[in-house]
Amino acid sequence: MLYSAIEGIGTGVYKFVEEIGGLAAMLFEVIKWSVRPPFRVQNLFAQFDFVGVGSIFIVALTGVFSGMVFAHQSWRAFDLFNAESLVGPTVSLTITRELAPVFAALMVTMRAGSAMCTELGTMRVTEQVDALETMAVNPIQYLLVPRVIAGLVMVPLLVMIFDLLGLSGGYFVAVTVKGLSAGTFVTRTQQWLDPEDIAEGLIKGAVFGLFIALVACYKGYNAHGGAKGVGQATTEAMVASALGIFILDYFVGVLLH
Amino acid sequence: MADEKTSPPIIEIKDLHKSFGSHKVLTGITLSVPAGSTLVILGGSGSGKTVLMKHMIGLLKPDSGQVIVDGEDIVPMGAEQLEQLRRKFGMVFQAAALFDSMTVYENVSFPLREHRKDLSEEQMRALVREKLSIVGLKNVEEKYPSDLSGGMRKRVGLARAIVLDPKIVLYDEPTTGLDPITTDYVDEMILDAKKQLGVTSVVISHDIASAFKVADNIAFLYQGVIVDQGHPSKLRHSEHPGVKLFLQTWFGKN
Repeated sequence: MLYSAIEGIGTGVYKFVEEIGGLAAMLFEVIKWSVRPPFRVQNLFAQFDFVGVGSIFIVALTGVFSGMVFAHQSWRAFDLFNAESLVGPTVSLTITRELAPVFAALMVTMRAGSAMCTELGTMRVTEQVDALETMAVNPIQYLLVPRVIAGLVMVPLLVMIFDLLGLSGGYFVAVTVKGLSAGTFVTRTQQWLDPEDIAEGLIKGAVFGLFIALVACYKGYNAHGGAKGVGQATTEAMVASALGIFILDYFVGVLLH
Repeated sequence: MADEKTSPPIIEIKDLHKSFGSHKVLTGITLSVPAGSTLVILGGSGSGKTVLMKHMIGLLKPDSGQVIVDGEDIVPMGAEQLEQLRRKFGMVFQAAALFDSMTVYENVSFPLREHRKDLSEEQMRALVREKLSIVGLKNVEEKYPSDLSGGMRKRVGLARAIVLDPKIVLYDEPTTGLDPITTDYVDEMILDAKKQLGVTSVVISHDIASAFKVADNIAFLYQGVIVDQGHPSKLRHSEHPGVKLFLQTWFGKN
């Protein structure tokens, strides 16, 4: 009983280390192949469109409602001791530093990461990846490089949209619904919100974007075992991406300060 | 019909060994494929046929031994040399492995787009039409692979494999899982490709009927070695117990 428990922990740790190693090796391969010609600009833009443009709507909607919810809740708390003027700074700091990168990355994971993983997984199990290789086209360069770059570039851009709409949502609730003066909201926010806060969110967005695209690619590219294998790879990719976002969020936050 | 004595070999494999972990898959393969001929590598499931084929195109590296393609030993080659090498090959996959997000035209023109950037769109279209007509297909360019039957998909797979005019075409279990009529259709396709293009073909298969129909030579792979090889009529009367047992399933005990 005790023995098997220890064995279970050991296997878990072993598998975790193995996966981290696999991810690192894949990142290295992607970097190596991203700087070599040919550069397939069309593929890259197709991924920009899919990961970025295609996610604008859901990220925008998440942004507006996150800002509104946050303004509503912080209003209730600050109202207890007449500090409603702090709603602006609270909403803006939380959104720019934390909510925007985490929520935008989660939305992109759900929408684009899952699709990336199933697409690559299906290509793998139906030998389309091998076909690329036999046609003298490197599959890492052709399939993975544009996806990983798209994650790295587009998630920070989506974070900007989230920032803007989150703040608008907060403004709407605080000023229009609750009746705080617009001047108070804006000047207080200006006092507290620094460019560094926005930059922190963007850096986090880039880290998360790189991470979720890499995980989706890694799991999909190494999928095996038919339709069931692709399903399993996608589940694993989603779980690992979502957990990874929160874990990375802490460490990136600590590193930046 | 190619003759082993006159045609120099285009693929030569010498004493090839390959293991995965402790599992020995290939244990001393020696094989040569004369230019312009069709070799069928026959063997049961798990006999290492696919592994052997992957060595020919450099997708796997042997533990020891030589693989000589068109006069060059490919075993020591790096990634870039292998990419050059692979342009001599076209490969037809078991389930065709067409890109399902692309139309037939985009699939067949894919190797041209990647490797023949000097061609104009019209030249590409003409080449794609030509190859599709060689494999006997018309008016399918705008269709998606999911709209085609299994046999047609395989033909599109062959058109894609030959669009860069390779010297060698590899077929991975081309008739597995097909009904008898479609099997016939695919066999004809292999024979036609040889006749019209003069390519060397290597087919891996466990389909005895189809092997005897398309092969100039048959090599029988059994437990990691080639136990018998030669003209189909020679192999038909092989004395090797493994070969006999395998062929009995089709030809009967006598």
